[in-house]
Amino acid sequence: MSETNHFRRLMLLWLGASAVATPLVVVVLGPSLPPGNGSAQASGHVTDNTVLLGMATPVFLLVVVYLIYAVTNFRQQPGAVLEGPAVRGDARVQTSWIVITSVLVLALAAYGTAELVGDGAGSGQGPNPAFAPSGKKLQVQVIAQEWAFTYRYPSYGGVETPHLVIPVDTTIEFHVTSLDVIHSFWAYQLGVKADANPQVDNIVFVKPTKQEAFNIRCSELCGIWHGYMFDTGRVVSAAAFQTWIRQQQAVFAPVAGYLPPYSTTYLPQPSGRGT
Amino acid sequence: MAKRLVGVVVAIAVFGALIGLYISVWATQLPGAVTAPTSGSGSAKTANLTLETVASIGPQYSPQHPNWVSYLVLSHGRWVHSTIFTLPAHSLVHVTLYQYDGDSGLRNPFLAQVEGTIGGVMTVDGKTVRAINPDDASHTFVVPQLGVFVPLVGVSSTAKNPCGYAPCGLSFDHHTITFSFRTAGKGRYRWQCFVPCAAGTLFDFGGPMQTLGYMDGFLDVV
Repeated sequence: MSETNHFRRLMLLWLGASAVATPLVVVVLGPSLPPGNGSAQASGHVTDNTVLLGMATPVFLLVVVYLIYAVTNFRQQPGAVLEGPAVRGDARVQTSWIVITSVLVLALAAYGTAELVGDGAGSGQGPNPAFAPSGKKLQVQVIAQEWAFTYRYPSYGGVETPHLVIPVDTTIEFHVTSLDVIHSFWAYQLGVKADANPQVDNIVFVKPTKQEAFNIRCSELCGIWHGYMFDTGRVVSAAAFQTWIRQQQAVFAPVAGYLPPYSTTYLPQPSGRGT
Repeated sequence: MAKRLVGVVVAIAVFGALIGLYISVWATQLPGAVTAPTSGSGSAKTANLTLETVASIGPQYSPQHPNWVSYLVLSHGRWVHSTIFTLPAHSLVHVTLYQYDGDSGLRNPFLAQVEGTIGGVMTVDGKTVRAINPDDASHTFVVPQLGVFVPLVGVSSTAKNPCGYAPCGLSFDHHTITFSFRTAGKGRYRWQCFVPCAAGTLFDFGGPMQTLGYMDGFLDVV
């Protein structure tokens, strides 16, 4: 059998396997990919992960199909002791490989950039976000410290609370900072992850679309209790949020007078809070 | 040649196993748990936890780190160097805490409010308090999973009779702080101090702040 026949057979097998497996993977696995549909950004992540998986499936199949084909067709026959002819390279294969992989990577880079431009994709954009959604936004400050998160609501008198509750269908503008070492604010079901650096105001936008509880974790190794630096946040209706925030203002009234004025970052020294 | 190779491989394996053993023993070494005395039964069950905080644990309890700040717990009339306390589930815990250390201030003033205790209050030297001045905080007793936040007022820097090394007796300058909280279901709950009180370490949060047995530990709820 000639090499050309091998190549054609291999390509046909690969194309057949890809034609069957790729739609299956996208349709069956896609909807259940992380992080779910808790926010517009999280839904975007699911789409992104589906696209990535859809593109990775033919690549994975190419390797697997070739491996199986080689093992079954090119294995040493019983009694044969000679090695095959030396392979000196194939300009067509090499060029194709470079072109195809380059196109794939560049396409993914373009796709990722387009997604970021869209709504920030739930990632921290630093103090001067390049892509900010228009319209009304609710500011919530996330303050990390060893080893807990607390949250301030500047539009509600700067009240601080150990709980994170946000209203559904509202664009949230998180301002993430730290009072000591580097932490990372990860609201899993919302598709939000932003580093919490001392003296840095890291802004991230998210629009929750489902009333549900979501997991909050620190995703930056930050010391002995890093593994315990977790919390549960809640997305609630606008009315429930108003009720809750007023309760928080009442509950934490005793300490309100001791809080520094709202600031995007705070000096870490106990004697010099606020910037 | 083969024997030498086998010897080298065996030596490396033994050395690696010893390193692994050392690390695993070190990583799993915990202070002994102290069981709080209890009374009553069922939902009326109560536990009494008596603690003290000291500026320096001293050579008697910690020859390696005598100058580290620390908590101690009273067990059978004796101060024990442990931060793992065994408490009954769904019970009321009365805490009496003798605070001998000076103030160093909270990094986050929000933690100056008492929260999660019965009535949302504590008493400081008999006076009921809902919040303290964050700059006066010496330590905190915080169990995040139970929502318990208690700031501890520091002894004045002008105190005439401060305690040097643990154990500190009541004759030394101190504040007596009491509060009560309810435990939840069975489980292991971590607690910690939030005041950056480990002077000389990174962000004053190293050393005793990152070592079990000093400024943080577990509530083993059984």
